[in-house]
Amino acid sequence: MTEMTLIKAVNHTLDLAMSRNDKIIIIGEDVGQDGGVFRATEGLVGKYGEARVIDSPIAEAGIVGAAVGMSINGLLPIVEIQFSGFIYPAWQEIVSHVSRMRTRTRGRFTCPMVIRTPNGGGINALEHHSESMEAMYAHIPGLVTVTPSSPRDAKGLLLAALESPDPVLFLEPIKIYRAFKEDVPEEYYTIPLGKANIVQTGTNVTIISWGAMVHTAMEAAREVGRKGVSCEVLDLRTIMPWDIETVISSVKKTGRCVIVHEATRTGGFAGEIIATINEQALLSLQAPVARVTGYDIVFPYYRNEKRQLPSVDRVVEAINATVHF
Amino acid sequence: MNKEIGTWTVNYLQVMDEDGRVANESEMPPLSADEIRTLYWHMLLARALDRKMIALQRQGRIGTFASIEGQEACQAGSASQLRKQDWMTIAFRETVACLIRGIPPVQILRYWGGDERGSIMAADQRTLPVSIPIGSQCVHAVGIAYASKLLKRDEVTLTYFGDGATSEGEFHEALNLAADYQVPVVFFCQNNQYAISVPRSKQSHSRTLAQKAIAYDIPTIQIDGNDVFAVWRATKDAIDRAQHGGGPSFIEAVTYRLGNHTTSDDYKHYRSEDEVAVWRKRDPIDRLRKFMEQSKYWSAENEVDAWKHAEQIVESAIAEYEATPPQDPSDIFNYTYAKLPPHLEAQRKEHLASLQAGEKR
Repeated sequence: MTEMTLIKAVNHTLDLAMSRNDKIIIIGEDVGQDGGVFRATEGLVGKYGEARVIDSPIAEAGIVGAAVGMSINGLLPIVEIQFSGFIYPAWQEIVSHVSRMRTRTRGRFTCPMVIRTPNGGGINALEHHSESMEAMYAHIPGLVTVTPSSPRDAKGLLLAALESPDPVLFLEPIKIYRAFKEDVPEEYYTIPLGKANIVQTGTNVTIISWGAMVHTAMEAAREVGRKGVSCEVLDLRTIMPWDIETVISSVKKTGRCVIVHEATRTGGFAGEIIATINEQALLSLQAPVARVTGYDIVFPYYRNEKRQLPSVDRVVEAINATVHF
Repeated sequence: MNKEIGTWTVNYLQVMDEDGRVANESEMPPLSADEIRTLYWHMLLARALDRKMIALQRQGRIGTFASIEGQEACQAGSASQLRKQDWMTIAFRETVACLIRGIPPVQILRYWGGDERGSIMAADQRTLPVSIPIGSQCVHAVGIAYASKLLKRDEVTLTYFGDGATSEGEFHEALNLAADYQVPVVFFCQNNQYAISVPRSKQSHSRTLAQKAIAYDIPTIQIDGNDVFAVWRATKDAIDRAQHGGGPSFIEAVTYRLGNHTTSDDYKHYRSEDEVAVWRKRDPIDRLRKFMEQSKYWSAENEVDAWKHAEQIVESAIAEYEATPPQDPSDIFNYTYAKLPPHLEAQRKEHLASLQAGEKR
């Protein structure tokens, strides 16, 4: 065990994965000598060389498109998109090829790859550096969208993503890159994709969240817990395909549910979860499912970003309203 | 200070003139009569298939189809030089190249007949499926070639695209990446003069498309794309360069799409019959046949036999295509992920149940 931040865990995991599989390459902007703008790839170019840790031109579509060819011809590419707000030029390659090569060729050609990208707000960054677009990715058949909420999860999920025969978008929550440290096992281990994590068991209300918001949810759960409200906190871990079974069985148990995400509300992934709860657990519900989300606005410049990110207060309020409905 | 720091030129290559006479002996490919007849055969077979497919579309037996008539030399002269281990990425008008690479006509029919199984390549077939988003396949070629280089494999990747693709961002990103990494790629531009209706003159102010590669320091040439020998020569040089560590090359093959963009298009909206007639006289198949006749490689009898043989192959491919059993209804779900996730398993069952309910009604 070593204490690590989430970003350090990513760095350690990339190193471990590359040392075990010489077909893995990393490609992205500033991933070489600089070690990535967040230092996710620090030290890797020295260890594995420029041919495997590739400093790319600023060309997101080109990087992801090249990864399509690389994956088809025997490499396992890990693409770093510097911030998820810069993924849009690569959108065409992700939607038109990465996610559908398997379907198009009935499995003859596939594109296993991991596209890592810092995601979400909370670090007083410039415009385009605080996006949370997981619902957009979740909407694309063939893509797996994963987001860890802790250093230990980051390692296990990233290694699972690298074992996945399907392409994985790996959203790393910027806000908690360095927010806390946690003991991370040194050895190789995976955490299954498509499975939620029950962070805390409880009986009165289910709180569903992912990424950095899991910590906001937990803080709110602790606060209402002191007043006797027992929260079951779920970390979705994989946004798509998501763990419907765990969510439904928890909601059937508690009868109440609050969903917390940074992304904007309309068309946000909470909507999909609520629709599924309505289909599969309607008669267990004691209250409407609440959602605490970003407002339907462009992510504000950082002087106002706290207004957009769900706060502990807002989550507590939603829990109380749900419990006392 | 003000001094010249670079000058660039773009060469144009033609080996055989419009009357099938070798005008440029030193660049004439060292091909045997049999090899030339094989090139011709593939061009002719593709044309037979192409014409039949337009008819099939009109009869509702296949869907929208993109005809290749007029561009046969571009593909025959280039794809014929790829070895088994080489890779090819295509757009959607590469019928000759696909036939030459050994993709059976029935698969081409299935693809245009709306069946994904038409894109199932043989296990050793290194051709990526049709890529419709313009220019997007160029970057795939760069990635494939990057893997070839890193894994020290003797492989070359050839990517086809059109004049319209040269305006796309991914095209430029592909050239830049390929040059940066010096990977073994051949960029083959079939400048067929039209991106649907937009003529080459409106696509780019550049005098040539070949010159776009100069910005990336990629060796480049413009050739007569209806001259199969010029195509062969330019492609040979590019493949040699790629194989010997010389990195990417660019070829602009000037050709002409004699038919509509697809069966959904009507070219009368944007070009005149006079213009088409001018290019009809430059037909790449007629030109090669004239050469072969002049060289005594080909007779009128050979021509009749070849067409008869081609039509037989096409007819038997159509029979096989039309006898293709339908896909299993579950197949629309089965290839989304490697393993069917629970939500898709539920939707698959929902679909099957709806089919059963429909049958009962």
